[in-house]
Amino acid sequence: MTSPVIELRDVGRAYDEGPPALSGASLTVRAGEAVAILGPSGSGKSTLLNLIAGLDRPDSGTVTVNGTRVDRLGEAGAARYRRASVGMVFQFFNLLEDLTVADNIVLPSQLAGMGRAAARRRTAELLETLGIDRHANAYPGRLSGGQRQRVAVARALMNRPPLLLADEPTGALDRASGEDVARLLRDLNADGQTVVVVTHDLELAKACTSRTVELVDGHIVTDTAVSR
Amino acid sequence: MRAGAARRRVQTTVIVLAAMMAVTASVLGGGLLVVSSAPFDDAFAEQNGAHLTATVNAAPGAVAASANAAGVTATAGPFPLVTVVPEAGGERTMPFTFAGRDTPDAEVDAISVVDGEWADEPGEVTLAAGEGGTSVPPGATMSFPSLPGSPVLKVVGFARSVSLTADGWVTAAQAAALAPSGTPESHQMLYRFDSAGTAAAMETATAAVAASLPADSLAGSRSWLDVRNAAERATAVYVPFLMAFGVLGLVMSVLIVGNVVAGSVGSGTRRIGVLKAIGFTPGQVVRAYVGQALIPAVAGTVLGVIIGHVLAVPILAETSDAYGTGTLGIPPWIDIAVVGGILALVAVTALAAALRAGRLRTVDALAVGRTPPTGRGQAAARVTARLPLPRAVTLGLARPFARPVRTVAMLAAIVFGAIAVTFAVGLSTSLDAILTARDHDIADVLVRPAPPELGPNGMPDGPPPSLPDDTSAITAAIEAQPGAKAHYVVHNAPAAVAGTTGTTELVAFTGDASWGGYTLLNGDWIGGPGEAVVPTGFMKTTGTAIGDTVTLTVDGERISLRVVGEIFDLKNDGMKVYTDAAGLTAPMKNSLIAVDLEPGTDPAAYAEGLSRALEPLGANAEPFREGSSDMITVLNSLTAALTLLLVAVAGLGVLNGVLLDTRERVRDIGVQKALGMTPGQTIGGVLASVTLIGVIGGVLGVPAGMALHDAVVPAMGDSTGIRLPRVALEVFDTPTAFALGLGGLVIAVAGALLPGLWAARTRTAVALRTE
Ligand SMILES: Nc1ncnc2c1ncn2[C@@H]1O[C@H](COP(=O)(O)OP(=O)(O)O)[C@@H](O)[C@H]1O
Ligand SMILES: [Mg+2]
Repeated sequence: MTSPVIELRDVGRAYDEGPPALSGASLTVRAGEAVAILGPSGSGKSTLLNLIAGLDRPDSGTVTVNGTRVDRLGEAGAARYRRASVGMVFQFFNLLEDLTVADNIVLPSQLAGMGRAAARRRTAELLETLGIDRHANAYPGRLSGGQRQRVAVARALMNRPPLLLADEPTGALDRASGEDVARLLRDLNADGQTVVVVTHDLELAKACTSRTVELVDGHIVTDTAVSR
Repeated sequence: MRAGAARRRVQTTVIVLAAMMAVTASVLGGGLLVVSSAPFDDAFAEQNGAHLTATVNAAPGAVAASANAAGVTATAGPFPLVTVVPEAGGERTMPFTFAGRDTPDAEVDAISVVDGEWADEPGEVTLAAGEGGTSVPPGATMSFPSLPGSPVLKVVGFARSVSLTADGWVTAAQAAALAPSGTPESHQMLYRFDSAGTAAAMETATAAVAASLPADSLAGSRSWLDVRNAAERATAVYVPFLMAFGVLGLVMSVLIVGNVVAGSVGSGTRRIGVLKAIGFTPGQVVRAYVGQALIPAVAGTVLGVIIGHVLAVPILAETSDAYGTGTLGIPPWIDIAVVGGILALVAVTALAAALRAGRLRTVDALAVGRTPPTGRGQAAARVTARLPLPRAVTLGLARPFARPVRTVAMLAAIVFGAIAVTFAVGLSTSLDAILTARDHDIADVLVRPAPPELGPNGMPDGPPPSLPDDTSAITAAIEAQPGAKAHYVVHNAPAAVAGTTGTTELVAFTGDASWGGYTLLNGDWIGGPGEAVVPTGFMKTTGTAIGDTVTLTVDGERISLRVVGEIFDLKNDGMKVYTDAAGLTAPMKNSLIAVDLEPGTDPAAYAEGLSRALEPLGANAEPFREGSSDMITVLNSLTAALTLLLVAVAGLGVLNGVLLDTRERVRDIGVQKALGMTPGQTIGGVLASVTLIGVIGGVLGVPAGMALHDAVVPAMGDSTGIRLPRVALEVFDTPTAFALGLGGLVIAVAGALLPGLWAARTRTAVALRTE
């Protein structure tokens, strides 16, 4: 068995108002796995993902990714950790509208200080792999939802992160585009990319992951491997 | 929701601060402008000042009858008038004119006793206080041994007559007793006229008074217009300065307050859409938003009025002292005008912005929050991306192009801030230069007569001291003391110049005085015997030009000198003539020896050693001390206060603009942070977004500030009838201009720092939820 990439132990997170968004959550994800986090709206899925991404900090418990205690990182440390270890894809794409497709994709490498030539090569490679090289100099506003999400995925992969996190990646897409993105995630996983996908769509979970973790009211209630 | 409330809190704070600073600057600037332009008028009105002060050589009954002359509305007097010369140590001192008044109260010229009491007993005198006053200490006595009965008067107090009617006051009986027998009976009569505003009106009224008096009995008269002119000459220097600062402050206040309010309402456009979607009428929306801007503006205005008044206290106190007027205060109408003006501005701006937002179709308003990208912003991002700079920085550099209107508003704030700083620095440099030129004693050590001993009556015992006629012993001592490099002797004598009244002071030098700090405005310094330099005042009064020959009479001896240069000197109204002592035979007093020391010599130690050597010679050496003037203190503190305010207002303008920008981009910033942008990179990007406008603001503002300075400072000189030396006018050199130019960048970065920190601190997860 491969070593764990993500290890959550007894993680709790409560916001100022209301019951805890997450409590007592423990989860281990190994390299090469594709995990779907399932659950109804408000069940704590995004909270869980944000904790793994170092975008938020737990109130209790530990979050370890690739041996790094993510819950202990400061703001700058968390930023450097995300740069190196995490690629993120969001429901509403979150592309920067002022930048072209290519400039969006290359941004993480620029923040990380990658050399220009290497960054250019990697961008060309991603544009090609994801089939969006035609749109390299277009602005995101011109693209369809499915194309935008492909750009977002390309951007997430720019720094070759060991971990790809996606929060409702198909939530804003029509059926055909959604299936396209699901296929893309599955192919990436087939090439060895560790993927964690948050969704409330069982179909998507089945289509691209081998394991589902179900959240209800902040508690992990099931954790099942599915064969596909 | 919580983030929304926090954001509104910051916006509210910005409105409070902007309103506060705008009001403070306007109250301070406007108030001081009014106060310093009218201290004389206020005090004159308070005392029912005399429009005409007349000296009449006639019997009281005949004098009193003039109260019925045409145009006279009120009179005081007749008061017996006497001119006496007190004696001290067997020598006669300056003459004093006393009026005999049993009480300070009168229908005209109600005198205020400022210290001690009114002389209401025989043997007492109350002296005039203030500038024209003497150095007589309270409780001193003045004796008149050559008058019948050798009267002695005790100084019991000091009083101020704005009309300057006398040098002192005694009881009527005492005045009569002081009059030397045989002199004609002389009375003072004070008049107010129904029409006294112009010189012509005063002439008419004075003629009517003269006609009602016995023929040829009006021995002298003085119009209040002349008194006012003299009093206002001092205050006039403030006016162009305050006007420049006042206008700057007002423009900036309007700019920033309008900008902040419009921005805060504009950034609420999406919320307005929501409100309308849930059923608010446009009217209700507008009312809610105007209220949201007005409430903090009222709070800021109240604070601003308080701070403005507190800041004005020390400055007004200085002004009161400088002009010998009563305690000055900022007139209430200034407060009302400023408060009303700023609140109206806030209301109108908020109304306009809210109406615009309220008129938007609900759908469009809801879409506004998504800030669609602009072509300009995209192009700029493309260009800056190529710069060989860190990406976080180049992303920031592109920001100004995305929102040009906001950028121009921030740029304007920085330009005005840079103008204010440049103007202030230039002004204080000029004032410093004027001060140095005015005192023109930049020698290291000055040798003066030893101070006179005070006699038993508290008056200086003996005539005003001077150095011995033969200064060779003193100059020998100066040369003997190690460290002396050069010295010159200053000789003085009162001179008369044909065609002028009053005394011109003749100043002659033995030795080279060209290093003595006299500031040459035109022409050359004295080249040898027979040549003279004169101040601007002398040239204007006598109509002399460089190259002309002036003839002075000193103690009956005529001296002809050729004017070779014009110098800066305000003393004695500029009625001075400077020349070389060689060849002058007229009797002159030796008043001063100026000593220049070798570099590295300690002036204090030198002066101490020299003083010891000079003690038996009746002279005293002191190191030169920078003079300081109340007026320059006032101007400098005003400048500092107003500049700080304007810079703060400029910084606030930047802060507001950057705040709106980062707020709009809170999602983009969240995305960038999710992609690995560190807090340092985030702050760097926000700061980079203002560097360009900071630099341009400096480049535009500094030359404008220099031009403002170059226009205002000569105007200040003109208003006081002074030609200012070049050192006072040309104060900006290249390094200074460059340093000031950086000021724009400093304002920009300072204003952007806080929003940058906020942007860096915003929780990414929260920012990304903003959808
Ligand atoms: N920043 C926040 N502040 C307050 N409450 C939050 C915040 N983020 C999430 N919540 C609350 O925590 C719970 C879980 O939210 P989330 O993790 O976003 O659920 P999901 O992604 O499964 O829809 C919800 O009740 C949500 O309202
Ligand atoms: Mg969610």
